[in-house]
Amino acid sequence: MGDLTLGHFLSLGGILFALSVVGIFLNRRNLIVLLMAIELMLLAVNLNFIAFSHFLPLEADRMAGQVMVFFILTVAAAESAIGLAILVVLFRNRASINVEELDELKG
Amino acid sequence: MNSITVLFYVFSAVLLFAGFRVITARSTVHAALYLVLAFFSASCIWMLLKAEFLAIALVLVYVGAVMVLFLFVVMMLDINSDAFREGFYKHLPVAGFVGALIALQMALVLMRGFQGEAPAPTARELELGNTKLLGIEIYTDYLYPLQLAAVLLLVAIIAAIALTLRERKDSKHMDPAQQVRAKKADRVRLVKMAPTVEQPSAPKNEGGA
Repeated sequence: MGDLTLGHFLSLGGILFALSVVGIFLNRRNLIVLLMAIELMLLAVNLNFIAFSHFLPLEADRMAGQVMVFFILTVAAAESAIGLAILVVLFRNRASINVEELDELKG
Repeated sequence: MNSITVLFYVFSAVLLFAGFRVITARSTVHAALYLVLAFFSASCIWMLLKAEFLAIALVLVYVGAVMVLFLFVVMMLDINSDAFREGFYKHLPVAGFVGALIALQMALVLMRGFQGEAPAPTARELELGNTKLLGIEIYTDYLYPLQLAAVLLLVAIIAAIALTLRERKDSKHMDPAQQVRAKKADRVRLVKMAPTVEQPSAPKNEGGA
């Protein structure tokens, strides 16, 4: 094990992303855990942005990566707030958050 | 192997363990708590990458706000989590295979391709610090996206409240528009009535005593 390279951080992000893909496979029915797996995916992507922003040679490029993470955090917070609000309304109307019972649209 | 490398491996191990428990925990509350741990160790790793402002923002925004929201919702809903566990292990082989494949492919490409060491920080970075540099970027080059992000958050607030708002049945709430629109004819009814003339009462003891 030598010094830390960009590859270490990117691999960590990749493993975390794969883990959340597995989570989406496993918890296909539970809507809340699906939302949590999506949050985990966004975290993995943000980790990549931060890693690149640390390792890129030009200073302007580095800050651009961190600004991107800032905006992703904003959008993700908005997404989870609206997602949870929809979940609450769904539970109020259907008394269930099981994904397999949500087939009214017959898509 | 210096201390930063050791810390990186420790934090990554905690992060991956927490991520694993998020997707396998039996109870949803436990999953949410492990997600908090995952965010926290991710913020430690960001700190190692010298992104201090975003690391603190991650703890404040995610652990402080979003995960509390998650926990509120999880505890508010009465979920039978055992029903969700049916067929959990049926998908495990496929899911594990796909996940391992993704991780392996990414690690193969990434470990070989990105061997660079971190460049030394510039003089400007050392002088101003990460937070100030990020602030300068956001409020100059990215001012317009920042405004858009603010509007997006406003939209999210309004949408979340509008979705979950419920009218109470015993509310004494008044609609001002309806109050203003009320006409005299809605409230007052004029009734034609024959006038009643009161007769003056006869004076008592007229001509007497």
